[in-house]
Amino acid sequence: MSTVANHTPEIAIDVHGLTKSFGGREVVHDLSMQVRRGTIYGFLGPNGSGKTTTIRMLCGLLTPDSGNGTCLGYDIRRDADRIKRLVGYMTQRFSLYQDLSVRENLEFVARLYGMPDARSAAREMIGRIGLRGREEQLAGNLSGGWKQRLALGACTLPNPKLLLLDEPTAGVDPKARRDFWNEIHALAAEGLTVLVSTHYMDEAERCHEIAYIAYGHLLAHGTVEEVIAGSALSTYTVTGDDLNVLTAELAGKGGIDMVAPFGTSLHVSGRDKAALDTTVASYRDDPRWHWQDSEPSLEDVFIDLMGRARDNFQ
Amino acid sequence: MSAIEAIHPAVETREPAFGFWRRSYAMLVKEFIQLRRDRVSFAMIVMIPVMQLLLFGYAINTTPRHLPTAVLIQEDSDLGRSILKAMENTAYFRFSREVHDVAEFDDLLKSGKVLFGVEIPRGFERAVRRGDKPALLVAADATDPIASSAALGALGALVQTALEHDLHVGDPPDMPFEIRTHARYNPAAESRLNIVPGLVGTILTMTMLIFTALSVTREIERGTMESLLSMPIKPVEVMFGKIIPYVIVGFIQASLIVGIGVLLFGVPILGSVLLLAALTTLFITTNLSIGYTFSTIVQNQLQAMQLSMMFFLPSILLSGFMFPFAGMPLWAQYLGEGLPLTHYVRIVRAIMLKGAGLANLQYDTIALIVLMLVAMTIAVTRFRRTLD
Repeated sequence: MSTVANHTPEIAIDVHGLTKSFGGREVVHDLSMQVRRGTIYGFLGPNGSGKTTTIRMLCGLLTPDSGNGTCLGYDIRRDADRIKRLVGYMTQRFSLYQDLSVRENLEFVARLYGMPDARSAAREMIGRIGLRGREEQLAGNLSGGWKQRLALGACTLPNPKLLLLDEPTAGVDPKARRDFWNEIHALAAEGLTVLVSTHYMDEAERCHEIAYIAYGHLLAHGTVEEVIAGSALSTYTVTGDDLNVLTAELAGKGGIDMVAPFGTSLHVSGRDKAALDTTVASYRDDPRWHWQDSEPSLEDVFIDLMGRARDNFQ
Repeated sequence: MSAIEAIHPAVETREPAFGFWRRSYAMLVKEFIQLRRDRVSFAMIVMIPVMQLLLFGYAINTTPRHLPTAVLIQEDSDLGRSILKAMENTAYFRFSREVHDVAEFDDLLKSGKVLFGVEIPRGFERAVRRGDKPALLVAADATDPIASSAALGALGALVQTALEHDLHVGDPPDMPFEIRTHARYNPAAESRLNIVPGLVGTILTMTMLIFTALSVTREIERGTMESLLSMPIKPVEVMFGKIIPYVIVGFIQASLIVGIGVLLFGVPILGSVLLLAALTTLFITTNLSIGYTFSTIVQNQLQAMQLSMMFFLPSILLSGFMFPFAGMPLWAQYLGEGLPLTHYVRIVRAIMLKGAGLANLQYDTIALIVLMLVAMTIAVTRFRRTLD
């Protein structure tokens, strides 16, 4: 298919107004997004916010109720078959065959995509994901981290142009997570576009761009810096003793939208800078606490977005 | 008091009162809730017994009547007509076809379209009047002794009845003609000759259905369907990939059953082994397709099992395997025609016991192909390509 070979648009994902309901409940509402080729796009949001549903609509596993768009230049409604050839989808739950070995799973995928030499393709991938020596182990007997590597290996095996990873690092230890992200960056450097959903803030910061979705609404998108700047949230970092006393006292006061402990410090944030300063002023002189003007963290921004989304859409 | 005791006071680890009953009760409540959620299974719990009971209660008849019979009339005479009339009056025979030569006779019996053939020879009435004691020939398909024996038994008294009306000659001990019956294919009326070939089909139906009935639901329940659907595979390809391995499994199974039947039970294979193998493979594929169709309709493995059961029972009871097909009421016969086992039971008995060829079995072969294609079409259209 010659059209596929030179079919490499600059925008890998370009969708508009995607909406999907299940049993009368709207899970994704009027969602539009553009992802440039070769970027790692982080997809963030609380549980049940519509991330998985969106990803499934992108790869043709779900049909949007309304809205349209393209994935790798192909219409997501009409060309699901072509999209499937070019997209690697890693499901949230391990969905390879537990009763097949590592090698057999990979060979199955390679054959399904019609790769000319399934055996050597599988062997090569086993080396790449570091599963050599475990080829004959049943996938069901692998530990969480190995399962995740196998799943990533399976979805990158047919040389896709776009990877859709649905919470790929859930329940995986930090070392394995770091290795995983190094691999993702290596793949992106080769020109692969990666859409990855996650709950982890440190992972969000490893993405080129992020989007935040809650209650089916896309609330913010851009680079991490842009999203933080766009939040218009002002934050103080407080250090000192008796922070729990301060937390209790600040709760519900004017201008205080969020108080969150971060290790030995406390983040106090508000959307209205003036109101926040007025409230804070009375505590600034207390010798127990040291107040410092700071940037909100990505987590602060997201919790705030989520709180606002709840007010608006629930 | 040790530190451990302080953290876990003894009270919490003590066995609660009626612990056994409480835990069993907790499990019981959970099971009921799950059962209630599975509406389809719940419906089947009521439907299966009621439906099956009504179905079989009305359909099964072990002393079949109105059995299809062919007549070859070489001579149109009053005596001939009254003999036929008398036969019909026994209610065992139903003259469904009139043939014109003996070959046609044999074909009908071989293909199972009729169970009996009656021949009134040329010059019959004249021979009777002359006192030659001619023979009236009744050939019976005796593969199924249940079906044929009662009817053949009724022929004994028939001569008398026929004579009462038309002939007033001679004394009863001195019969003016005889009825010569010829129980073909299974003259000794050994029921195992009839049962063993039918069992081939019954066993295959049971095993084949289960193989594929669980195949799609298993993928869904194990979560592998999501990744399968995200890959470029089409419903037809999934279906063939899932059916073909079991065609081979089924073929091995069939060879085993037929082999044992021949070696241990002494059942003959009068017809072509190759034809038997080919049509058995067709039957296996038909059943696998139906099982696969079930798996695309149901939502979980329990439902798949129930649906298979619901299909299996009528297959045994309405196919002619256990009870004579011709003895069932017409509606049950129509139902039976929709079951692959019905056609296969005819095929396998005809090939093994009657030495029938493909020409005799055209109808049943085509029926199997049609059933297979219908099942496959439903399966492919029912297969959900998305998770919607």
